Amino acid sequence: MSRHLSASTASAAAAAGRSLLGWRLGVPLILALLVAALAALPALAPYFYIFVGTEILIMGLFAASFNLIFGYTGMLSFGHAAFFGMGAYTTALLLLHFQVPLVWALLASMVTSALLAAVIGFFSVRLGEVYFAMLTLAFGMMVYAVAHQWRSFTNGSDGITGFLLRDFGLGLDLQLADPAVYYRVVLVIVVIAAAVLYLITRSSFGLILRAISENPERVAFCGVDVRRHRLAAFVIAGAFAGLAGALFAPFNRVANPDLLHWSQSAEPVLMTILGGAGYFLGPFFGAAVFVLLETWITSFTERWMLVLGIVLALLVMFFRRGVLGTLLDRMLSR
Amino acid sequence: MQSFIAALLNSLDIAMLLFIIAVGLNIIFGVLNIINFAHGGLYMLGAYFTYALVARLDLPFWPSLLLAPLAVAAVAVVIERLVLRRVYGRHVTDSLLLTFALLLIIDESVRMIWGSGIHTVRPPEILRGNISFAGVSYPSYSLFVIVAGVVLLAALWLLFNRTRIGRIVRAAAIDRDMAQTVGINVPLVVTGVFAFGAWLAAVGGVVAAPMRAIDPGMGDRIIIESFIVVVIGGLGSFPGALLGALVLGLIHGFGGRYLPEINLVLPYIGMALVLLLRPQGLLGRGAPA
Amino acid sequence: MSEPLLSARDLRKTFGGVHAVDGVSLEIRPREMVALIGPNGAGKTTFYNMLSGRMKPSSGRVYFRGRDVTGLPPHAISRLGISRSFQINNIFGELTVRQNVEVALTALHRRTFRMFRPASRDRELLDEADAVLERLGLVELADTRAGVLSYGDKRLLEIAIVLATRPTMVLLDEPTAGMTPEETRRVTRLIRGLAETGEYTFLITEHDMDVVFDLAERIVVMHRGRLLAEGTAEEIRSNRAVREAYLGEEESA
Repeated sequence: MSRHLSASTASAAAAAGRSLLGWRLGVPLILALLVAALAALPALAPYFYIFVGTEILIMGLFAASFNLIFGYTGMLSFGHAAFFGMGAYTTALLLLHFQVPLVWALLASMVTSALLAAVIGFFSVRLGEVYFAMLTLAFGMMVYAVAHQWRSFTNGSDGITGFLLRDFGLGLDLQLADPAVYYRVVLVIVVIAAAVLYLITRSSFGLILRAISENPERVAFCGVDVRRHRLAAFVIAGAFAGLAGALFAPFNRVANPDLLHWSQSAEPVLMTILGGAGYFLGPFFGAAVFVLLETWITSFTERWMLVLGIVLALLVMFFRRGVLGTLLDRMLSR
Repeated sequence: MQSFIAALLNSLDIAMLLFIIAVGLNIIFGVLNIINFAHGGLYMLGAYFTYALVARLDLPFWPSLLLAPLAVAAVAVVIERLVLRRVYGRHVTDSLLLTFALLLIIDESVRMIWGSGIHTVRPPEILRGNISFAGVSYPSYSLFVIVAGVVLLAALWLLFNRTRIGRIVRAAAIDRDMAQTVGINVPLVVTGVFAFGAWLAAVGGVVAAPMRAIDPGMGDRIIIESFIVVVIGGLGSFPGALLGALVLGLIHGFGGRYLPEINLVLPYIGMALVLLLRPQGLLGRGAPA
Repeated sequence: MSEPLLSARDLRKTFGGVHAVDGVSLEIRPREMVALIGPNGAGKTTFYNMLSGRMKPSSGRVYFRGRDVTGLPPHAISRLGISRSFQINNIFGELTVRQNVEVALTALHRRTFRMFRPASRDRELLDEADAVLERLGLVELADTRAGVLSYGDKRLLEIAIVLATRPTMVLLDEPTAGMTPEETRRVTRLIRGLAETGEYTFLITEHDMDVVFDLAERIVVMHRGRLLAEGTAEEIRSNRAVREAYLGEEESA
């Protein structure tokens, strides 16, 4: 009798199941090929593209960390740059004053960014998503203002410069000053970080996050303390944004307040919307499109952010699932 | 005592300016359920339009006070009809994203048209001097801002509590569907409210033009400050906007004078305290959205 | 007479001067099946919201197993063993049917902070989810996205989520609302089956009087925020005040 009621739902399920099967087999293969291609990039592409590739990887990680709270938990943060910048400053200061091996600077950056996220998150996840958006923007700009004004520590608007990359640590002998080597280091770290993030999204915790993004109230009535889970997601996202910022500082050769500004927070938002918040790789895809577009557009106009704003508005109005999302939706529905 | 009075007067002109901005933000939120991230951008447009009219076209200040806000309201009508209208009924995230995109667009357009430098507008002749008050010399323009704020406050209160338009808007704020069924043209009200909120932001921009630096960062600064105001006062609350503006004004006026080294983070500390003790804001009602 | 499992004492809720619930006291004994009925706007949903922690009462207290639970947040109340369904479907449409139940089970077993093991490898939990779905006849739809379920199946899934939290006190808010007569019979049978296991205590609001008279041992009638009458099906059927409350409602509607 239950089958009689659900004939239509059952056939829809079967159709979705078939295309998902092909999907499960294809994805690991495509990903392996992609990573192999990325690893081979320095040998194949012109020098310039090593820089582009490094930036795409770092920004992709930044956007993916943002998407843990946006796409998976349903909270739109306009202050994610605070953690990116925190990571960049931490690494820059540690390299400048203590000449620590890079790997320890990266880990320390994750810790400081996570702590900052714990403080900002504590106040921001208490209320609904409207408040969350406002508060993350406001607190993010507080961090920006502090970096600007606390000259003795942050060197004001000039930021931290003149720090050098020495060794990587862990006994590895790497010539980090060589952009191709740094690119490969970034690639390995970003792949590991992405794998960890992916695992989190697939875990029980990740399931709860997805449920929260859809219907926080129902989750609460299942006995879950929604606020604590939102905060945990926010802190994890902050830590990975900090890692991205930490990788960015040596690449950028400067950690300055620009990295903390709200317009920096706009970037992962746009990348994620561009690629599609519904897929784990959406933000990475969006970062690639974003950085390539930026490289191209800034060659003939300074007003790249204007283009960015218009693209964001159009995507939200007409392509809410993003470029990758829309493509995949088409493929899956066929 | 004199420095106390000076700090108090300083607080009040900032507070009045913040009130004008925050109340517009609140009115839009009340009816559209949107937090308008571009509100600071509209404020900035008000200031730049004034600059264009006064410093470039050599118009006097007073007609600019009328013209610039109307021009911004017209921009707002276009924004609401062409952009925001498309995401009503969707998840609240989409409207947040859209107004955020508008913030980027307005910010960059201003940089493109007027450059990144600082511009200034001189106050109208009659308000250029100082007025002595209880032994304190005070710029008459700041006094004008305080008076203008109080007049606007009274006018808004009358508008929303004593007129038919006010009743219609409040009906639409409480329940759009219900308002529609009793014959209110809700889409028109929504456009009108958004334009009115933008008009208020622009009035703030015009008023601020002779007092604060006109630069492309002014919109960012004011939007953060008005967020702090509405969080402190209570999102959507009219008296809350006033109280929040006064609190933040006092923090600025006295913090700048007595605690200059942490002046910058004081507003955030105030906001954090309110969030801890009364998350819905000092005058906010019920569960916050 | 056994100790009450759930008791509300003089609960009140006021919204801007209007008394939505105006001094309601109610005791529910273990394994009872109580129906709460009343015309629209009688305050039933507000009453539910106060019992389940969605709203804080303006005054009055709620006790569960003798413990004061007034004003506790929903997740705390759920953990104590009070679980509720909603009048409108309140499921996770983007998740699969099994995942919907997994959410509740993950919470039940306190595994919501497990971050580094795929949820799909938690065999034990998946089996438990399937057992719950089996009970409701949904197991064949386990891998279907919940959003595409038929209306009736969504209502059933809602009940599955409630049961997965292993409640002792179940609050159902109009479980058959919007269902076809056939679906209604199915749900009624299901609820009776659950009641017969002796694991649950039920409080049900319902508009369908056939369902109410069919299921409930005791019926409580609310009207304008107050309790109007209380008794067996027979007593309620013949109660004048109840008839007038309903008739009055129909005349004015």
